[in-house]
Amino acid sequence: MMSASAVVFYMLSAFILVTGLLAVTSGNIFRSAIWLLFSLTGIAGLYFWLDLQFIAAVQIVVYVGGIVVLIIFSIFLTQQSGKALPPPRRRRAVLSALAVCMGFALTCLMLRQGSFTRVVSMREDVLTADMGVDVIGAQLLSTTRHGYVLPFEVISILLLAAMIGCIVIAIKVKPGDK
Amino acid sequence: MNQVPLIHILFVSTALFFIGMYGLFTRRNMIMMLMSVELILNSVNINFVAFNKYLYPEKLEGVFFTLFIIAIAAAEAAVAIAIIINLYRNLRSIDVETADEMKF
Repeated sequence: MMSASAVVFYMLSAFILVTGLLAVTSGNIFRSAIWLLFSLTGIAGLYFWLDLQFIAAVQIVVYVGGIVVLIIFSIFLTQQSGKALPPPRRRRAVLSALAVCMGFALTCLMLRQGSFTRVVSMREDVLTADMGVDVIGAQLLSTTRHGYVLPFEVISILLLAAMIGCIVIAIKVKPGDK
Repeated sequence: MNQVPLIHILFVSTALFFIGMYGLFTRRNMIMMLMSVELILNSVNINFVAFNKYLYPEKLEGVFFTLFIIAIAAAEAAVAIAIIINLYRNLRSIDVETADEMKF
C-alpha cells in the first residue's frame, strides 16, 4: 500500500518522462516545444513535492516563462510553422536508441551498487528545519565560510556578458556598414 | 517524501538524462538539440536537489548549485538562440549538417 505522497511522486515522474520522450520524438517542432513546456512544469512539481518552493518558483519563472518562450520565438523566426521535421534516419535512430538503452542500464546497475545513506545523524529538529526563502537568501549573500556571495557576483557578470554577446551576435549588419 | 527511496528519484533523473541524449543523437535541427540539452540540465538539477534533501537536509549546497545551473542554462539558451538566428540569416537553414563551414 503506497502512501499518497509516493503516488504523487510516481505520477509526477511518469508525467515528466512521457512528456520528455514526446518532446524529443515529436515530428512537429512546435509541438515538441509544448511537450518540453509540460515536462519542465512537471519538474517544477517535483521540486514542490520535495518541499523546495523557491526552486520550484525559479524553475517556473526561468524555464517555463523564459527559456521555452525564447525557444518558441526562435521557432517562429526560423521555421515555417506547421512544416513537419524530417524524421531521423532509421539507422541512426536505432543505433542511438540502442546506445541510450545501454547507457541507462549501465547507470542503473551502478546506482544499485551504491549505498546512499545519511552521513550525519539526524535529529528531528534538523529534519524539519526551515528551508524558506529567507534562509536561502541569507546564505546566498553571506560572506562567511559557507556564503555564496562570490559565485553570485560572478554569475551576474556572466549574465551581463551573455546579454552583450547575444546583442553582438544577433545584430543585423547593414550591407554598407563595416 | 520519506516513503520514496532516494534511488527512485535517481532512476527518474537518469531516464530523463538519457531521453535528452536520445534527442541530441537523433535530431539534426539546432533548436531541437537545444531543447534536448535543456532536458539534460534539468535531470542534473533533480539529482542535486534530491541528494541535498535526502543526504544533507540541514545544508543548502544542492539548492545553490541548482540555482546557478538554472542561471547558466538561461545564459546558454540566450547565446545559443542568438547564434541560431545568425546562422539562419546566413544559411537559410538551422540543420547542423548544412553548417559545415566556420566562416562564410
